[in-house]
Amino acid sequence: MLATFAPLSGFLLHLPILQVIIPLITAPIVVVIGIARIGWLLAFLASIASLVVSYLLLMQVIDGSVISYQIGGWAPPLGIEYRVDAANAFVLLILSVISTVVLPYAKTSVEKEIRAGSQTLFYTAYLLCFTGLLGVVITGDAFNVFVFLEISSLSTYVLVAMGAERDKRALTAAFDYLVMGTIGATFFVIGIGLLYMMTGTLNIVDLASRLEPLSGNRTVQAAFAFIVVGIGLKLAIYPLHLWLPNAYTYAPSAVTSFLAATATKVAIYVLLRFMFSVFAPEFSLASGALQYIILPFGVIAMFAASIVAVFQADLKRTLAYSSVAQIGYMLLGIGYFSNTGLSATMIQLFNHAVTKAALFMAVGALVYRTGTSFIPKLAGLGRQMPWTSAAIVAGGLSLIGIPTTVGFISKWVLLTGALEKDWWWMAILIVASSLIAVIYIWQVVEVLYLKEPENETVVKEAPLSMLLPIWTLIIASFYFGLDTELTLTSARAAADAFIGAVSPIAGASQ
Amino acid sequence: MSVQTALILTLVIPFVAAILNMVLRNHDNMRDGMTFLASVLLFGTVVFLVSNYNNNANQAIMLLSVMPGLTISLNLEPLGLLFAMIASGLWIITHIFGVGYMRGNNEEHHTRFFTSFCVAIFATMGIAFSANMFTLFIFYELLTVSTYPLVAHKQTPEAKLGARTYMGILMGTSIGFLLVAVVWTWQVAGTLDFVQGGILDGKIAGAMVPILLALYVFGIGKAAIMPFHRWLPAAMVAPTPVSALLHAVAVVKAGVFTMLKVGIYIFGIDFLSQTGASEWLVWLASASILIASLIAMTKDNLKARLAYSTVSQLSYITLGMALATSMGALGGGMQIAMHAMGKITLFMCAGAIYVATHKTKISEMTGLGRAMPFTFIAFLIGSLSIIGIPPLGGSWSKWLLMVGAADANQKFAIAVLMISSLLNVAYMLPIVGRGFFLKAPVAAPVGAAVSPTSRFAEAPLLCVLPPVLTAIGTILLFFYAGQIEAFLLPIVSAQQ
Repeated sequence: MLATFAPLSGFLLHLPILQVIIPLITAPIVVVIGIARIGWLLAFLASIASLVVSYLLLMQVIDGSVISYQIGGWAPPLGIEYRVDAANAFVLLILSVISTVVLPYAKTSVEKEIRAGSQTLFYTAYLLCFTGLLGVVITGDAFNVFVFLEISSLSTYVLVAMGAERDKRALTAAFDYLVMGTIGATFFVIGIGLLYMMTGTLNIVDLASRLEPLSGNRTVQAAFAFIVVGIGLKLAIYPLHLWLPNAYTYAPSAVTSFLAATATKVAIYVLLRFMFSVFAPEFSLASGALQYIILPFGVIAMFAASIVAVFQADLKRTLAYSSVAQIGYMLLGIGYFSNTGLSATMIQLFNHAVTKAALFMAVGALVYRTGTSFIPKLAGLGRQMPWTSAAIVAGGLSLIGIPTTVGFISKWVLLTGALEKDWWWMAILIVASSLIAVIYIWQVVEVLYLKEPENETVVKEAPLSMLLPIWTLIIASFYFGLDTELTLTSARAAADAFIGAVSPIAGASQ
Repeated sequence: MSVQTALILTLVIPFVAAILNMVLRNHDNMRDGMTFLASVLLFGTVVFLVSNYNNNANQAIMLLSVMPGLTISLNLEPLGLLFAMIASGLWIITHIFGVGYMRGNNEEHHTRFFTSFCVAIFATMGIAFSANMFTLFIFYELLTVSTYPLVAHKQTPEAKLGARTYMGILMGTSIGFLLVAVVWTWQVAGTLDFVQGGILDGKIAGAMVPILLALYVFGIGKAAIMPFHRWLPAAMVAPTPVSALLHAVAVVKAGVFTMLKVGIYIFGIDFLSQTGASEWLVWLASASILIASLIAMTKDNLKARLAYSTVSQLSYITLGMALATSMGALGGGMQIAMHAMGKITLFMCAGAIYVATHKTKISEMTGLGRAMPFTFIAFLIGSLSIIGIPPLGGSWSKWLLMVGAADANQKFAIAVLMISSLLNVAYMLPIVGRGFFLKAPVAAPVGAAVSPTSRFAEAPLLCVLPPVLTAIGTILLFFYAGQIEAFLLPIVSAQQ
């Protein structure tokens, strides 16, 4: 429908590259201009432009069609291809939405947390990180995935390290992340190298067709293992998650909010892309990775990380461990190996991004006013910062999965997927683990509302520029908990894009 | 006003009242007056709905569709109307009592208190008028969350602990079991609508039926069936108006109401009795009735004793559903109304005693009846209704339940009901006897509020009037029980 509008059609043809190029070009411009406020404005505008682009892309592919874009007119498999289908268009939209909401918040937060001279560099690094994440998602070339993954990772290390203004431990956190992230990236590129050795191609579609007859090949199997573990590190699959809590705790608040909502989600996407598009779904299943790695570690993450979250004294760290647990739910959906399962993973990508970004931003607002996210120090803030505290409660309810929140929708689809397979025990495990969330959320609620403040100092409510983004996401997390038209349709289309209609999602058939 | 408009209004009124409560937070009298007005309006609306109820017309409203086939919808149905009427009617009385209690007792955080109260009523109305299990589940959770601040109201370590137990058990059971049961039902039946005769017949068979039923029964933690009853006594740390409305009426009744809804409209009475899936529940409910009564006898704290009495009385309703006969279900429905009226009288009396004398222990209430005759007479009437002695409302529901047990050929259940009534006598009447017939210890003069000019030391009027009114209500219910039964009859008419 859009394409018929003549002046727009040329622009529409180039949407895939615009998605990446806009923030990429903006990044050096920000350095050159060198004024923090203008840097912020440019970053924000770039982010809005990305949002428009990703929305237009999603609307074009939601019916199941695929856009193939050839960079520089070089035809694949020789040239680099950008390939947009329902799955990655959905992830692109998540990325752009989160970035657009986080940036207005970042302005206030960055002014306080990062010293004036570094602020333009912050926005540059942020834009590069954003570019990298978008690029990973949109590209149809396996090596290009690695390149963009490194662009985003390197800029992330910088962003995390910038938290050193507030807490020196950010430096070690960034270093840890650097070491583990690099190991992950190395594994990943070794895997890609092995694949290239066997097939002579890097284009994902081409790879898929050439790998099909090679499923018994040892080298291909080794490549698969390297790739899964490599992404697993980026993804913070349970035993590989050690970099995550520190990085999220000590990074500047805006960075944490952005990363928590995007970085691991992109890694999930890459995992799905490789498991179900590059390698055939049957190959992934036969390899045992789904049943013996993804599924059990998903379940362990759900429990272990949730339990660890209960015992954290720092709220940011609680939420970080909660993220590891929530990643467990996403892995679970993949492990189901069903259409419903993948829909659950995709919808959880969106739902968790919205909820966790809101929560981290709200905690950032507490840090902004009180200088700490140490839970006992937050006593009695419920009355002094009512809007921020209410946002934490609302976001917490979504993490628990109370009906009318997005968290509930994720859990509903996930439960449906389990019951569809007659996995009663799994249904019990899912609900049991979400009960642990009740504990770690509720102890924060008790501190915020039921404890009297320790000292008499008056704490003001966070500034409006922080509250607005926070509440935009909180309202979104309730809106999409009540109206799942967009999210569920996109998630299903995405699941179809990965494994086709293996089994119809329950309820949709009526 | 059309019926649909009125149906929406039942949700809008308490919701708006909650918002106005926050707006008027600095004007105590205006705020409380406004809430009173809202409660009267709500009751009027529900009465309008009852009087215009037509069993044959489909008056369902869909508010929004969350997923295909999964909607938030409201509908009218006799059981829900009865529940809404009790809750909204008693809201008026409890609100008056609450204002008197909160002011007479110098409690803090009035606005938070009354706002949460309105939200809880909002959730209760939603539960009463839910057209499907999904909608009911949403409002059920909202009720848990909105009553948490009420239970934790005093903010003492004790209150926090109680509130934690409250939240933990209710949230735990509802997410741990009820959610699974709901998704399972949705999975096998493809719908969650409340339909006369149930939606599960032919969709599920064999050992799965009692397992699904168990998930529902334990999932509905608000019905306080043992062993998930601990939250109820724990919640007694809340101020008495909360215990009165929420833990004698709204919360616990929402639980047993859900239980009846599941029995009648999800499983279907016929389906339950054919499969015998609820047989085990007869035993569990009976055990719950007896054990809770026995525990009640050991409690010296008045509110704790009433709490265990509630646990016991709630299981009557679960028992009514488990019997899987028309009379049983009808008796369960009646018991919702009768127990609500009787128990709220008792709780408000306990509150009035606390406001006047700050006494919570039964052993300290010796001779108090002479100083507070109105309170204690109301307490006596409430107790008699709970026991089930005519001419008080409670006698009818017990009667119907016994008939239901006889229909189901469960002689055992009849015996349980009779023994339980005797136990009720044993733990209720001594309180009144102690108040009237034993002399107060001379060393401790009765009540701090004793005035030399009056030989009475009653609590403020706003605290005494409400329990007297509800005590009269229990007497009236005895004479109007026939109408309630006739009104409820359609819920089991398919079985007749």
